[in-house]
Amino acid sequence: MSTATIRTSLRRTPRGATASRPRSVALTTLFMAICAFYFLLPMWWLIVASSRTTGQLATNHSLIPSSIGQLFSNVADVLTYDGGIFVRWLLNSIGYAVIGAAGATVIAAMAGYGLAKYVFPGREAVFNTILAGVLVPVTALAMPLFLMFSQAHAVNTYWSVLIPSLVSPFGVYLSRIYASAAVPGSLLEAARLDGSGEVRTFFTMSARLMSPALVTIFLFSFVGIWNNFFLPLVMLQNQKLYPITLGLFSWNTQISRAPFLQTYVIVGSLLSAIPLLIAFLLLQRFWQSGLAEGAVKE
Amino acid sequence: MSTAIPSIATAKPERATGTVTAARRQVVQHKKALAIFLGPFLLVFVLFYLAPILFAVLQSFMKVSRAGAFGAPVQVFGGLTQYSAVVHSSVFWTSIEHVVIFFFVSVPIQLIMALLLALLLDSSLVKGKRFFRLAYFAPYAVPTIIAALIWGYLYQPQVSPFQTLTSSPTFGPLTANMIYFSMANIVFWTYVGYNMVIIYSALKAIPGDLFEAAKMDGASQLRIAWSVKIPLVVPALIMSTMFSIIGTLQLFNEPTVLATLTPAVTATWSPNMIVLATTNIPNYNLAAAISVMLALVSCAVSFTFLRLTQKRAFA
Repeated sequence: MSTATIRTSLRRTPRGATASRPRSVALTTLFMAICAFYFLLPMWWLIVASSRTTGQLATNHSLIPSSIGQLFSNVADVLTYDGGIFVRWLLNSIGYAVIGAAGATVIAAMAGYGLAKYVFPGREAVFNTILAGVLVPVTALAMPLFLMFSQAHAVNTYWSVLIPSLVSPFGVYLSRIYASAAVPGSLLEAARLDGSGEVRTFFTMSARLMSPALVTIFLFSFVGIWNNFFLPLVMLQNQKLYPITLGLFSWNTQISRAPFLQTYVIVGSLLSAIPLLIAFLLLQRFWQSGLAEGAVKE
Repeated sequence: MSTAIPSIATAKPERATGTVTAARRQVVQHKKALAIFLGPFLLVFVLFYLAPILFAVLQSFMKVSRAGAFGAPVQVFGGLTQYSAVVHSSVFWTSIEHVVIFFFVSVPIQLIMALLLALLLDSSLVKGKRFFRLAYFAPYAVPTIIAALIWGYLYQPQVSPFQTLTSSPTFGPLTANMIYFSMANIVFWTYVGYNMVIIYSALKAIPGDLFEAAKMDGASQLRIAWSVKIPLVVPALIMSTMFSIIGTLQLFNEPTVLATLTPAVTATWSPNMIVLATTNIPNYNLAAAISVMLALVSCAVSFTFLRLTQKRAFA
């Protein structure tokens, strides 16, 4: 990490020296700040709106938070409403995303590694079929998956959402590309001479060399599953199995009957964004260290 | 994401160019390991990816037939009945038209902006880069359905902080005039930062010596950006465009939320909304045919796009 930082700064300073005229720096930074305002405004509005009662939402349109006390009481209301269903949705989402993404990453990493490091007849055909899978829109699979799962009497279960998310053709593609570049064949030969089995070599050595790609695959799958709305919408009727996306949407469709749910949707949206924002901040470090590895290796 | 994306441009999978005999020998040696590595993926891929596609294709060639007016419905082979229904459905073609227009309203500006922000973050012209990078990327943490809910509120004059704009009958974001832009804005907000990060990582992966050489030759920052940096991030841009194509054809979350707010978005606005509505009827055979058509269109368009833009993105 530190080596990379030094490298970067060495590389950056001379590059910047020619063009850091204060006026253009100020102008560009201003432009960037306006963009940041745009990207952060909806989140700020969520906080502001969460600090109001449903009645105040319709009358007070300012962008200044109203009452911290109201914010906390709204949060408490959302967390306890309907026997704490919101917390359940959040935990469901975390479960679907963590288990699904971890599973998808391991499965895709092994497959990509196998395709990169072992030559066998039909290898390119298998790889191209998987690659074609990247181009298939996943929502096109939702309807047939629903019909298949309903014939197996497995719709409306955790499995019906979890199992299809284990397939990540893009993950196989990335890990094959990465494994060919990052795991030298000579190292595998050395491991073989030392008497290490192929599978053990993968888990103890190769997987570690592939870790930046693994983080990438995990992130992609995690966000994909966390975002997923269409598949759960098709598969699930029992609201206790809902992920947070489907749960909040279902609240939103009931607003005309129960107006207080408007506030709940807003507060719920705010609360649901927090876990992933934290995950991003934490993984950011991991992923920057991955970047640095790449830079040092170069 | 950061390191892997740029490597797509440079690293190609090892081809089976080595000695064939050595290859043959290896197969025999590591068959068991290969089965362990590839087995799990191939299992889930076949069961939950290929089988549903095959199943949808089969379903799409069937139709429901009843023996007499009150007979039990049975599935019989229907040939191209469903496909002919899809092809002759104006609702289907209108939905395709919607997503095609949406693509041109939304994707070019999104990628141009992502590229611009990435180049600025990579230049020496900006202070507080770390903050900006996080601020732009943060919306990606919000699931699209929730982003659509949030923007939906910002668009509604009843609750929006932008009263003058949202209550305007011509420029109001929920009017038929503006609905493409309002929807594009939600997608823009979610994905610009994400695409920016991908392009930015591609920029970081460019060896510094390249810039040194360009600077020695007296090239300005703008010139370096145009002639050195942009050409080198083209593969990342191609990838982003391709995922945008696939994503746009699947558009569902944003119009589904907006459909609850405005008559300008109908319940069959996008192809996937039609699939859901048809499944709910229930008319599985027709829904399957639409899904298959959609997958075919999606594959054809992205494949053509990749062919046209050279074979760099998918080596």
